[in-house]
Amino acid sequence: MAQEQIRPERSGGGDEEPVDEGTQVAAQNAARDEDVDSVLDEIDGVLESNAEEFVKGFVQKGGQ
Amino acid sequence: MSVRRVMGVETEYGISVPGEPQANPMAASGDVVTTYARAHGLRAAHGAWDYSDEHPLIDARGFEVPRSRADLSQLTDIEDPTLANVVLANGARLYVDHAHPEYSSPEVTSPRDAVVWDRAGELVMREVVQRLAATPPGINLYKNNTDGKGSSYGTHENFLVTRRTPFERIVAGLTPFFVARQVMCGAGRVGIGQESEHAGYQISSRSDFFEASVGLETTFKRPIINTRDEPHADPDIWRRLHVIIGDANQADVANLVKTGSTSLVLSLIEADAFDRGLEVLHPVEALKVISHDPTCTATVRMRDGRDLTAVQILTEYLEMATAFVEREGSDPATDEVLAHWERLLGLLAHDPMDATADIDWVAKLNLLERYRHRDGMEWTDPRLTAIDIQFSDVRPEKGIFHKLEEAGRITRLTSDEEVRAAVSTPPADTRAWLRGGVVERLGQHVISASWDSLVLRLPRAGRIARVSMLDPLAHGRDETESLLSTGDVDDLVVGLGA
Repeated sequence: MAQEQIRPERSGGGDEEPVDEGTQVAAQNAARDEDVDSVLDEIDGVLESNAEEFVKGFVQKGGQ
Repeated sequence: MSVRRVMGVETEYGISVPGEPQANPMAASGDVVTTYARAHGLRAAHGAWDYSDEHPLIDARGFEVPRSRADLSQLTDIEDPTLANVVLANGARLYVDHAHPEYSSPEVTSPRDAVVWDRAGELVMREVVQRLAATPPGINLYKNNTDGKGSSYGTHENFLVTRRTPFERIVAGLTPFFVARQVMCGAGRVGIGQESEHAGYQISSRSDFFEASVGLETTFKRPIINTRDEPHADPDIWRRLHVIIGDANQADVANLVKTGSTSLVLSLIEADAFDRGLEVLHPVEALKVISHDPTCTATVRMRDGRDLTAVQILTEYLEMATAFVEREGSDPATDEVLAHWERLLGLLAHDPMDATADIDWVAKLNLLERYRHRDGMEWTDPRLTAIDIQFSDVRPEKGIFHKLEEAGRITRLTSDEEVRAAVSTPPADTRAWLRGGVVERLGQHVISASWDSLVLRLPRAGRIARVSMLDPLAHGRDETESLLSTGDVDDLVVGLGA
């Protein structure tokens, strides 16, 4: 059996423009980070104030 | 071949009383169930679940564990009077499972419906939290699977599989799949080891808790393949595969691919079309190797000597499923699952972080990495663990996943409207329609209910009738709606021929 990994097509295929992969990935990552950073501020506002206390207090019994 | 089959998802929720870590979780879980039941006029009496068809000790390998040798936690058919248990209007079961409130979704017939009715459970839990908030300190609920201190609780999938499929074939076909599947549907976890002995991040919140390949237990020595053989259906035709290895998902795509790809693999196994040598040499260890590597480049040793990544193993399964569908025909539900499955493997192979809109563990890791980057935190920082816990808080104003989803950072396959509707409406194409409909419209006549039965008091006939619902695909809307809509329980039972 051939062991080559088949790379599934990226979704949203469309026309394959030859793009420099490195630039593309860097741009993608930058966009991704900006995306999340804009949400961080909002999340900051709802985070439990005393993280250590909160984590300590989250104790469960095993289930199922 | 199709992803369509009878399935459902059971979710135990993490529970905490703010500021009271010593609070009794059984009592708090009981409060959750009774609060919801009271608010909706549902009977949460202990008699409301019919245990006569529960056989938690029958093993698919062909024997029954003697009760005296069973762990107390395995005796799920004993009525504990302190535990509340209720059937909801959508046909789901809401009850206390040991130390957690559990929502067991109604039976559905497609992965997409599994996602919709699983999310309906989140809304049930959210409503309870909101109601209990009126009496401080209230109770908070989390759709997660571990406290990071050694305890784990489950999110279980159930799939009906044809009884004629030999169990050994299921074990052989599913084990490698379950070892690898986590990269597509893990929920992510801060901490490595059952008690978070090591700092770091891992893909699945459950993997560290599995210690066996095959077994009947669900609370200790947890096995990758669980052998509980309780079909809640005609046992000559069906077995119910009880999958205990999944994480609780909040992301629609991961949740769809989890149930959908598993259903397709089961179809391959049923048809004896699983035809590749994919045996993992040490599955329990491999599970942890894969979970502990968020780059998804770690390999595990196969029986034939190959070293494969999780994505490579899953690609082999995808190729088999795709080829099988091309031979046997497909349907829209199957096409949808295959498209997402293929797309996720492409993202994971290129850079797992590309899947940040689709997979829980990636969305969580991406967020944690931004925090680490911004505030210079190490993995030992309790703030990261706090974010991990709060990621699954069911409250929209507190739950971090909900914040991401609200901000459009997560791919939605479901709409808020259909999920809301699923809280009060059963799936139309299974017996859940009759179960939910009876509870909703004839609740005062219900003595008890279970997955495959209803026990009803008939005022005119002056007798008690037991309605057997052994076929999950019978008693759906087409068959029962006109009888239900009369609102007369005597007529309903006569009409059903019970």
